[in-house]
Amino acid sequence: MTNAPLVAEALLSLVLMGFVAVLAVAILRVRGLLALVILLGAYSFIMATLFVVLDAVDVAMTEASVGAGISTVLFLGALYLTGHGEADRQRRIVPILVSGITAVVLVWGMSDLPAFGSADQPIHAQGADYLERSLPDTGIPNVVTAVLASYRGFDTLGETAVVFTAAIGVMVLLRRRGERS
Amino acid sequence: MRFDIILRVAAKFILAPLLLFALYVQFHGDYGPGGGFQAGVIAAAAVILYALINGQAAAERIVPGGLVERLVPAGVLIYAAVGIVSLLLGDNFLDYDHLAHDAVHGQEWGVFLVEAGVFVTVFSSMIAIFYAFAGRRPT
Repeated sequence: MTNAPLVAEALLSLVLMGFVAVLAVAILRVRGLLALVILLGAYSFIMATLFVVLDAVDVAMTEASVGAGISTVLFLGALYLTGHGEADRQRRIVPILVSGITAVVLVWGMSDLPAFGSADQPIHAQGADYLERSLPDTGIPNVVTAVLASYRGFDTLGETAVVFTAAIGVMVLLRRRGERS
Repeated sequence: MRFDIILRVAAKFILAPLLLFALYVQFHGDYGPGGGFQAGVIAAAAVILYALINGQAAAERIVPGGLVERLVPAGVLIYAAVGIVSLLLGDNFLDYDHLAHDAVHGQEWGVFLVEAGVFVTVFSSMIAIFYAFAGRRPT
């Protein structure tokens, strides 16, 4: 069999996506909020594994550390402050409609994306240039780092400002009046 | 939580490798996966784990809340300062070509410095958010 690695990768992707689907349904169905937080962490971890399969290691690392790590701790902290009980479910029509319409719009929008792995999408036409230029320009072998920190440095400055803003917002909201942490 | 012997011993074993791995991810980001953001989160996770095991007061003795609050904007300022310096050297904002004796070394220095800025902001932001959560009592 010549393309055994490809088949193995496809199988691995399918298994992981199956996990993701099962976890998504479980997250919807579970009643205990503590179990929900753990399931969300597991979901993030499986997604991180999927990113590794897709060769997006930087994204995978971020997803694993933020999604499965820090977020879980913050959710647990929020649970500790608010209690574990879930409010009784009410079948309201407006949220269901909003979610349904959003889902339809998202699926409709996805239908216009180029096929997965197709070579003629714009990102590859641009990306090839970066792959050639980045090492002579910056001396940095990892193209992701070169693009993020040098070619797209201004965007990354904006992202850093976003993290800064989030921290300031949480500190302002959660600190009690007149208290130094 | 405070008297959970297994957690405390396991945490002792894992804390130093966590911090070391954060430094590795930070400085090896030019060659492998990772960079300032991921390294900041991992380093913050080490501090948060310490706080979970030993309580927030013990963690604040090592990483004081006041210091964390000053570090949150400091990272953004480090990042922006690199851009200002490159402006003063006659380049565009965040164009690192003239930060060193030649363009490639200038780029390496610039990337190193802005990644350090990202690390500082992300590390302190995560800890600041955690302290804000952990500092409250359930109502």
